Amino acid sequence: MRIENTVGIRESTARQRVLAILDADTFQEYLPPSERVFSPHLKSLGMPVSFDDGVIIGEGAIGGQNIYIAAQEPGFMGGAVGEVHGAKLTGLLERAALRKPAAVVLLFDTGGVRLHEANAGLIAISEIQRAMFNARKAGVPLIVVSAGANGVYGGIGIISRCCDYIVITEEGRLSVSGPEVIESQKGVEEFDARDRALVWRTMGGKHRYLINEAQTFVKDQIQDIRNALMQYFNKPIPINLDTVMAEHQHLGERLRKYGKAEDALDIWRDLGIANPVDIPSLDFDAFMTIANQVRENG
Amino acid sequence: MDKINQICSKVFPLGYKISIHGDLVSGTANTSLGDVALIGTVNQAAVGVDLAFELAGKVLDIVQHSPELPIIILVDTQGQQLSRRDELLGNAGYLSHLSKCFELARDRGHRIISIIYNEAVSGGYLALGMIADQSFALSDAQIRVMALPAMSRITQIPLERLQELCKSSSIFGPGVENYVALGALENIDDAHLASLVESAISNKSTIDNRAKLGHERGGRNMAHTIIESIIKAC
Repeated sequence: MRIENTVGIRESTARQRVLAILDADTFQEYLPPSERVFSPHLKSLGMPVSFDDGVIIGEGAIGGQNIYIAAQEPGFMGGAVGEVHGAKLTGLLERAALRKPAAVVLLFDTGGVRLHEANAGLIAISEIQRAMFNARKAGVPLIVVSAGANGVYGGIGIISRCCDYIVITEEGRLSVSGPEVIESQKGVEEFDARDRALVWRTMGGKHRYLINEAQTFVKDQIQDIRNALMQYFNKPIPINLDTVMAEHQHLGERLRKYGKAEDALDIWRDLGIANPVDIPSLDFDAFMTIANQVRENG
Repeated sequence: MDKINQICSKVFPLGYKISIHGDLVSGTANTSLGDVALIGTVNQAAVGVDLAFELAGKVLDIVQHSPELPIIILVDTQGQQLSRRDELLGNAGYLSHLSKCFELARDRGHRIISIIYNEAVSGGYLALGMIADQSFALSDAQIRVMALPAMSRITQIPLERLQELCKSSSIFGPGVENYVALGALENIDDAHLASLVESAISNKSTIDNRAKLGHERGGRNMAHTIIESIIKAC
């Protein structure tokens, strides 16, 4: 089964996403649902389980090149990470460190830790992070895609930025704390989670691309996402003193330049965008023209 | 004596020197194995972009100027800073950068050990404490993702049911003993912390064995087996 090229991944399931992004008939799944590896903890809470614990992992090809791939199922517990779910991701990354595919593609779509198994979920995310570093040290590029309805939040938001590249769509989001969490803990004055425009311009794909929290901005269309992924195959970024110092300098500049900004609109104005209020409504091509001008300058 | 000095005098009887700026603590200490670098937080710090960036800068200083010096992370965090500003500026980028600095240090031969002497919660714990090669906590430290009443509200599982399940499971309840059972913390007696930290400094393994420990201790029965089966799958 392949999704038409004009259709994106936002509205699709994890399995549809994997099958659409990979070359036809190349997917080989590890621990498929038929093996019934599911969460014992949800079961003991009397909750529904999923036979893949909400994440699909395996290998396949994109453009003929062998890659590893994982996709979180948005419809199961909001893509959240528990013991089994996390261990599948860690295993895939440790395997990649040994077998060295052309890349590991991570289709994240998650609120972060699954609260029903909170401690195990948090530790699992730390283990995924260590496995990510191991894969990177082995020279395997890790590419995160944020294009799903849940966004990429919590600990998975943090460790996504430990990967080599992030590909994001306009409707993708990347953050640590979500709007609802901030509002419930700090009040509606701090973050009005119902103000969707505020959510998008604070955590959404356009802003993340503009400030370089994501490296590639794509249309939510399968062929565009495949092309965006392929440009990074076999192009790992080493973690060494030079690259980490460069990142430190970049993040320091961001704090100096925009640390006092009240809103994304202030940052966009300071980036040199003449009409920042227009950014959310610009179509893909118009946005990219402006974004790539200011990203080069900044 | 405040908590940071209490823990330092307990772990470093041969002497230590720290300075505190805002929520950040840094310094050095003597051990029978030589000097170590100290870095960490006080006041149950919320780790946002500014603090993560300052901590990262301190780690990079150590990496550049004190090759292979062991690094002891002194953890006291209520979690990531929950604010619109920090998310606007990209807290994920700053917290992950801090992790990368520790990973760089590890890669260049710095032993990394964390000690949770007061509190460790979710995102702050992930970026600051869990990144260590070995991790210790005082027996009365507060460690959690979320307190049970809030967890009950969000998951819609009655509090009494969660409390009941906590008696037989380490999976979601707060507490040091749960994180020990799951393999994330060393199993220790507070009275021996100083000598245990010293032996952790001389331990050279940088392999992540938390899933294995969690399996052996009966707290996490599936993770280790799953990870191994995927690595070995044909």
